[in-house]
Amino acid sequence: MEMRQAADEKQTIDTRVCIAGVELKNPVMTASGTFGSGQEYSEFVDLKRLGAVVTKGVANVPWAGNPTPRIAETYGGMMNAIGLQNPGIDVFCERDIPYLQQFDTKIIVNVCGHAPEEYLAVVERLADEPIDMMEINISCPNVNAGFLAFGQDAKNVEKLTAQIKKIAKQPVIMKLTPNVTDITEIARAAEAGGADALSLINTLTGMKIDVERQTFALANKTGGVSGPAVKPIAVRMVYQVANAVSVPIIGMGGIATAADALEFILAGATAVSVGTANFYNPTATIEVAEGIEDYMRRHNVKRVTELIGAVR
Amino acid sequence: MSCKRKETAMVVSQECLLPGIYSMWLETKEIAGLAVPGQFISMYTKDGSKLLPRPISLCEIEKETNRLRVVYRVTGENTGTKQFSEMKAGDTIEILGPLGNGFPLEAGRGKKAFLIGGGIGVPPMLELAKQLDAQKQLVMGYRDEQFLTDEFTKNGTLYVATEDGSAGTKGNVMDAIRENALGAEIIYACGPSPMLRAIKQYAEENNIVCYVSMEERMACGIGACLACVCQSKEVDGHSHVHNKRVCKDGPVFLSTEVEI
Ligand SMILES: Cc1cc2nc3c(=O)[nH]c(=O)nc-3n(C[C@H](O)[C@H](O)[C@H](O)COP(=O)(O)OP(=O)(O)OC[C@H]3O[C@@H](n4cnc5c(N)ncnc54)[C@H](O)[C@@H]3O)c2cc1C
Ligand SMILES: Cc1cc2nc3c(=O)[nH]c(=O)nc-3n(C[C@H](O)[C@H](O)[C@H](O)COP(=O)(O)O)c2cc1C
Ligand code: FES
Repeated sequence: MEMRQAADEKQTIDTRVCIAGVELKNPVMTASGTFGSGQEYSEFVDLKRLGAVVTKGVANVPWAGNPTPRIAETYGGMMNAIGLQNPGIDVFCERDIPYLQQFDTKIIVNVCGHAPEEYLAVVERLADEPIDMMEINISCPNVNAGFLAFGQDAKNVEKLTAQIKKIAKQPVIMKLTPNVTDITEIARAAEAGGADALSLINTLTGMKIDVERQTFALANKTGGVSGPAVKPIAVRMVYQVANAVSVPIIGMGGIATAADALEFILAGATAVSVGTANFYNPTATIEVAEGIEDYMRRHNVKRVTELIGAVR
Repeated sequence: MSCKRKETAMVVSQECLLPGIYSMWLETKEIAGLAVPGQFISMYTKDGSKLLPRPISLCEIEKETNRLRVVYRVTGENTGTKQFSEMKAGDTIEILGPLGNGFPLEAGRGKKAFLIGGGIGVPPMLELAKQLDAQKQLVMGYRDEQFLTDEFTKNGTLYVATEDGSAGTKGNVMDAIRENALGAEIIYACGPSPMLRAIKQYAEENNIVCYVSMEERMACGIGACLACVCQSKEVDGHSHVHNKRVCKDGPVFLSTEVEI
């Protein structure tokens, strides 16, 4: 898509970014699973001010998720094992997509599954839906099913990406797990499979033990750690992946402020997602978007794209 | 439907009611004006290491002054509630609310009602007792020492149960109901799961409409993250499984609707 030339007035800034031909009005989106399909947060956030809304993972059929407790607080972050509870793609298409269509923002649908057929069923079902992109969650460490292996095995990642790309009508973002030895290997595999973009990081598998009760804090025993505590790991991984592939990257992991988001952009991300921060600051996404604009004015940056990967 | 707010509230006063139990009055901008009994607020620490909200029920709502009262237990050293207990008049605190559905007042109008609170489930019964237009029998269960009893006696007939027998009936709230040969047409209850389980069973055996207020760990507090679900009989409106969200579909449920 051709980008319009920004007017040359001094103060005009251009926050638009482009991912796989989809133009976002700014680089700020929501992290899957932390923002529902936008409805609950719309009481706090004007959704049209977001670059995109990334929805909670959706599967081919409804999933009930894990037993509770599903979350625990950790130092500077949290741990979750929601277990990808979702209403299934049929309800999602009837209810959530039309809801989001009311707003002038981009719609990115996060897809989950236990097996390739399940992912493919959702991708196929989305073909004629008015969504802008899909994000494939091959990394959620919460469900103890065979699909865990996809995100942790380069061959499987390449194969699944290729299978999805063959039938997908919209651009495909592969969402990577950080729970691997070398994330660049997985990133290259996704790129080789035809991924249009990559997003990272998903949560880091952790465990918390309640010493008074001598039990696990989560019913699932393990959960995914997120929030500010994981940010340095996420920034490092985005930097490594940006140097390993040429597709655009959506960075996330602990972003709560504009400065956090800018770290990811400077490390090589084209866009960013705000996740856990929504839970303690429902307007975090808007504050990040506005803060990026302020930063651009202060540093005399005309186009936000100038900042992508600017720190080498 | 826009009725939730994230606000910086001001602490008006803080009082230690009993060792480990504190009462705090907060001055809000709009939240108190929007709140109903049985709703709660998410309270946030200023400590960046403790990011998740502490959900705390509204104990009293004073609309004229836009004030809210919360009564809460400090659960241990190094906790968020410990930090709240150290706050003083004039301090500020981030809160989100009002959250959840609240107790249905109409359902109880003119009826003979039980308002049952146990432990730290006692506080939300006070604002309910103030607003409910019914024949109110307030059955409150404590471990040993009691709190809020003066306020309760002004708003209904109070029956106390204590585990150690130091006041009222020795035993739990069900023992107090039996000992005083009480009966009701509707029940409102908040307290620990074993208590709610016993009340649910009693209500179902006696065919009494019963509302229970549930507890679960929360992250968003507004229905988006699906952390706080409880098992429900009916399929839920969100995921069409059997998982109602305590923060949004609750915390108050019909006892017949949920597994406890
Ligand atoms: C709807 C609702 C209403 C409540 N009302 C009251 C009240 O009026 N008074 C009161 O004293 N307590 C109430 N609670 C319980 C209260 O939320 C917890 O005791 C409190 O969150 C513990 O926080 P902490 O900082 O002491 O403990 P920490 O150990 O520091 O808490 C760590 C994390 O676990 C969560 N957590 C720990 N225990 C609970 C629990 N029992 N329920 C939910 N989350 C928990 C905390 O919110 C926090 O995110 C209510 C809970 C719910 C769900
Ligand atoms: C409660 C919760 C639910 C999540 N659900 C999903 C999900 O359904 N699909 C997915 O790809 N990632 C999911 N994630 C991961 C986030 O999208 C994000 O990758 C991760 O939390 C790191 O970002 P953050 O630190 O800003 O939260 C979830 C995270 C949390 C905290
Ligand atoms: S706390 Fe997020 S849905 Fe209830």
